[in-house]
Amino acid sequence: MSKMLTTDHGADKSVVDLLRFLLDTEKVSGVLTLRKTNTSGSLDYGLLTRSQELDRAVPLMPVMPANAAQSLSLITPTQKPIAVVVKPCELRGFVERIKREQGSLDNVLTLSPTCGGVIPLDTYIKKSKDNLTKDYYKQVKAGEIPESIRPTCKACEYFVPMTADITVSVVGEQNLDSKCRFILNSDKAVSMTEGFGSVENGDLDAKILDDHLKKREKEKKALFESIKFKQDGLDGMIDVFGKCIGCHGCSRVCPICYCLLCDFESRNFDQNVSLFEKELEQKGALRLPPDTLFFHLGRMSHMSFSCVGCGQCTDVCPADIPVASVFKKIGENTAALFDYVPGKDVNEDIPVLVFKEEEFKELGE
Amino acid sequence: MQEKDKKDWQPKILAILCNWCSYAGADLAGVSRIQYPPNIRVLRVPCSGRVDPMFIMKSLQNGFDGVLVSGCHPGDCHYLSGNYNARRKFAVLKPLLEYIGIETERVQFSWVSAGEGERFAEVVTKVTNDIRKVGPAKRLVKGVVSW
Ligand code: SF4
Ligand code: SF4
Ligand code: FES
Repeated sequence: MSKMLTTDHGADKSVVDLLRFLLDTEKVSGVLTLRKTNTSGSLDYGLLTRSQELDRAVPLMPVMPANAAQSLSLITPTQKPIAVVVKPCELRGFVERIKREQGSLDNVLTLSPTCGGVIPLDTYIKKSKDNLTKDYYKQVKAGEIPESIRPTCKACEYFVPMTADITVSVVGEQNLDSKCRFILNSDKAVSMTEGFGSVENGDLDAKILDDHLKKREKEKKALFESIKFKQDGLDGMIDVFGKCIGCHGCSRVCPICYCLLCDFESRNFDQNVSLFEKELEQKGALRLPPDTLFFHLGRMSHMSFSCVGCGQCTDVCPADIPVASVFKKIGENTAALFDYVPGKDVNEDIPVLVFKEEEFKELGE
Repeated sequence: MQEKDKKDWQPKILAILCNWCSYAGADLAGVSRIQYPPNIRVLRVPCSGRVDPMFIMKSLQNGFDGVLVSGCHPGDCHYLSGNYNARRKFAVLKPLLEYIGIETERVQFSWVSAGEGERFAEVVTKVTNDIRKVGPAKRLVKGVVSW
């Protein structure tokens, strides 16, 4: 049985209160949280060191203006302790980055909700926020899947954070506006919250989460079926990625793609003009810019096993391609080769850096 | 492709060979005058672990009909585990290739040591015959490599 801390305020306020407590008692010197951007009506992540800065903080807002894993790489390793509030897939993304030596969890206290999913940024910016979030929370409290969230969120079965120090119970919490339950998963969580409220034994409600999981699994099945890919091979891929304008936005926002100079943006990837001439000789037509599909095949072979299905790539795609749905699906297949679940365990190496002697013998001898 | 060309068609295969083993194996096959099909062109790498999946994709795109990647036997890699890691990367690539309709025969993986000239010739013969059977590569191909 885990330790649990309960407050008599709604979840949003309670998390802000806890962050303020951590700052005021100097248990941490900074907190990373979502907050309202001053005037634009959007949100951003802020690393805040003064407690009055928390007035604009909305740590649980179901929006992902950036996958926080990228920002966490920028601010860690840190000598001074910080607390961060991120979504479960952002935490998993960060774990994947740490495995690639892009950051550290030392001195970082991680808080993460049982996640109801996030609303696409575009929807959030364009629609009336009050109605949006009202509907969202109505469904989340009831343990339903909100209408408005990203397709990959609907299909995400990892909505309970895997490695958070503190889990904030959100999904299926009927009394979300008047009560908040923090599950303290680590000794660090217990010692850091000491003095904030009374602690007793307690845990997440397994039954509620299990019921919710079943709904997500059903959505996942439907999502994967809706992606034409598997049946049609290359043609299916051309169907899906044919619209791609080659902006590479999808890899820019991806928590896994950390390379400063992506191979696909380097001169390495340029084709020799003579190759174009040959293609023209054969086919009489050449698509420009070339190799858009190739870029996606390359990403799949490089990182798909680490895809956390956050949906950030779909969110930014100007061509409306369901990039995340495809990568989630392909990624599950490649990760399954190695019994790998991205973001589950920071001490586990990424699959291509380790091996077992007795495996894949069928690949060659 | 014309019928008559088909008969004369010779697959073009890129053999990506580890410097410490398969490359030396190929060399040994050569100096021992062991015959093998003249269908391969060799790319020497410091270790099979150097092979990025994109090398293979790019070879196919550039018009090779097949790719052979060959490294040191398990346990013999000069960098200890490059060959095992290569196998894992290959394991990721393989289903992707199948997925987009690239026949399994087209891309193969093997271990050949420096002393195995004979074996090298056998591997090349097998790979060449396999690829001959599946015919010229069509997927991804942009150009035709000139020998
Ligand atoms: S974001 Fe969309 S258009 Fe841009 S490279 Fe990715 S898939 Fe293509
Ligand atoms: S590929 Fe897309 S869904 Fe997967 S981790 Fe990267 S941004 Fe998220
Ligand atoms: S040195 Fe030959 S495979 Fe690594």
